[in-house]
Amino acid sequence: MTMTPAIKIEQVTKDFGALKALKGIDLSIEQGEFFALLGPNGAGKSTLINLLAGLLRPSSGKLSVMGHDVVSQYAQARQLLGVVPQELVFDPFFNVREMLRFQAGYFGRGPENDAWVDEVIESLGLTDKAHVNMRRLSGGMKRRALIAQALAHKPPVIVLDEPTAGVDVELRQTMWAFIQRLNREGHTIILTTHYLEEAEVLCSRVAMMKSGQIVALDTTANLLKHIPGKQLRVTMAPGSALPAGIAALVRHRDGDVYTFALNDVAQVADVMAELRQAQLTFTDMQLLEADLEDVFVDMVGRA
Amino acid sequence: MSTLISARMRGPWTLFKKELLRFWRVSFQTVAAPVMTALLYLLIFSHVLDKHVQVYDGVGYTAFLIPGLIMMSVLQNAFANSSSSLIQSKVMGSIIFVMLTPLSYLEFFLAFLAASIIRGLVVGLCIYLVAIIFIDLPIAHHGYILAFAFLGSALLGAFGIIAGIWADKFDQMAAFQNFIIMPLSFLSGVFYSIHSLPPVWQTVSHFNPFFYMIDGFRYGFFGQGDISPAVSLMVVGVSFLLLSWLALRMLKSGYKLRG
Repeated sequence: MTMTPAIKIEQVTKDFGALKALKGIDLSIEQGEFFALLGPNGAGKSTLINLLAGLLRPSSGKLSVMGHDVVSQYAQARQLLGVVPQELVFDPFFNVREMLRFQAGYFGRGPENDAWVDEVIESLGLTDKAHVNMRRLSGGMKRRALIAQALAHKPPVIVLDEPTAGVDVELRQTMWAFIQRLNREGHTIILTTHYLEEAEVLCSRVAMMKSGQIVALDTTANLLKHIPGKQLRVTMAPGSALPAGIAALVRHRDGDVYTFALNDVAQVADVMAELRQAQLTFTDMQLLEADLEDVFVDMVGRA
Repeated sequence: MSTLISARMRGPWTLFKKELLRFWRVSFQTVAAPVMTALLYLLIFSHVLDKHVQVYDGVGYTAFLIPGLIMMSVLQNAFANSSSSLIQSKVMGSIIFVMLTPLSYLEFFLAFLAASIIRGLVVGLCIYLVAIIFIDLPIAHHGYILAFAFLGSALLGAFGIIAGIWADKFDQMAAFQNFIIMPLSFLSGVFYSIHSLPPVWQTVSHFNPFFYMIDGFRYGFFGQGDISPAVSLMVVGVSFLLLSWLALRMLKSGYKLRG
């Protein structure tokens, strides 16, 4: 018997007046997945998340959470979903523990849930701040509280919209350790982030969006195979012009730093030979594996 | 207390409790300040007019003034509770915490409405308790007093929900307060009987729903009024149903809350 997908999105469009924010999205995320939704600003990631959360309504198409339609069965769908919003919002009247208990209460959770709330507080390093008013927390602490609020009712599907935007390394590590633990315990995690290295390390599958469409959807491992071979990053002496023989291999150029896409390590010698022949000098050289950022630039740039 | 609430009711109950705590945390501003304002009105107007004006037979002006002031404060504070909570959470963005939950539009409405009623009644009760220390105030009909206080605060609570959903900025909310709520409450007969007005203004007063709430509430104390309390109760009841219907429609459609 096949398991109900954690998230199912079928032919979803969303228009804001003349602007077509989403142009027919199809996506299925299985239970227990750690899934990344990547894309440049304005790609439609947050719109898609807001549709899942019921903050927006689709112009057409269907979205469901664990088999429950987010419009017609919104109460069941929202019970199963925890969303960490992108903006750093908070209620200035209450302290952290009160806010978390209220949040759990909205979902029908009572005192039996308090132990879980305390566990979330501790796991996110908020114990010292549990009785501090939300207004008095630093930006990083507010971000932790925001994540805690999304988890307060212990939802099986957790959506994190740019959770690490502008937060320090310590929080990132604390947060990812906790989120990875939740994922190991069976929670489905959907993540949007600009830190592609996070997505590469954490996520088993990735969707890349651009202009309201999914331009790539595959396992992280398969996506990384899209960029074959190695990459050679060479910092040239200022004002150097590359010979035509190797100019075609250049994938990126950032000032005098050139990144060559190579089929194999043996090609490094060819590049060096061409540079020597053209009597060009370089100040630094690195041999790199392709990462998700390269795939992202390639896929999103091409689409 | 929360252990006595069923899981199904816990959501709206939590929202109601949060709304109560929200105003209680700033009770100096939300309860003490309006009580103080009402007592200042009472002090000034009674001092100036008590010996010169008698509206009803056997009722001094200061006694006449108290129910009107109580009701005016009940109405203004019931409106302020739901409207300010909504506009504040919209502007701050914290409304999202409620929008992400499985709470239905009806539960949302009832929680905000109930908190508004409580704030209106708490402010009204405080003014009453302080006023009766100084003035002997009769009670002719308990039922009318309770019915008008409850329905009036509910009506303004519902109106506050509408204003809170509609307004996008504090500026728009201030316009609601200053150009609708204040004139309607000041021109409703709080400080006078509409029989002392020229016929045209008497007619105009009948289009002001605040007039019915004030007059009906006052009838509960003195057994006298400008209009039958049954008519007032009907007007207030119908107005409450109309505004509730409008607020529920806005919430159900997601107007300005869900895109």
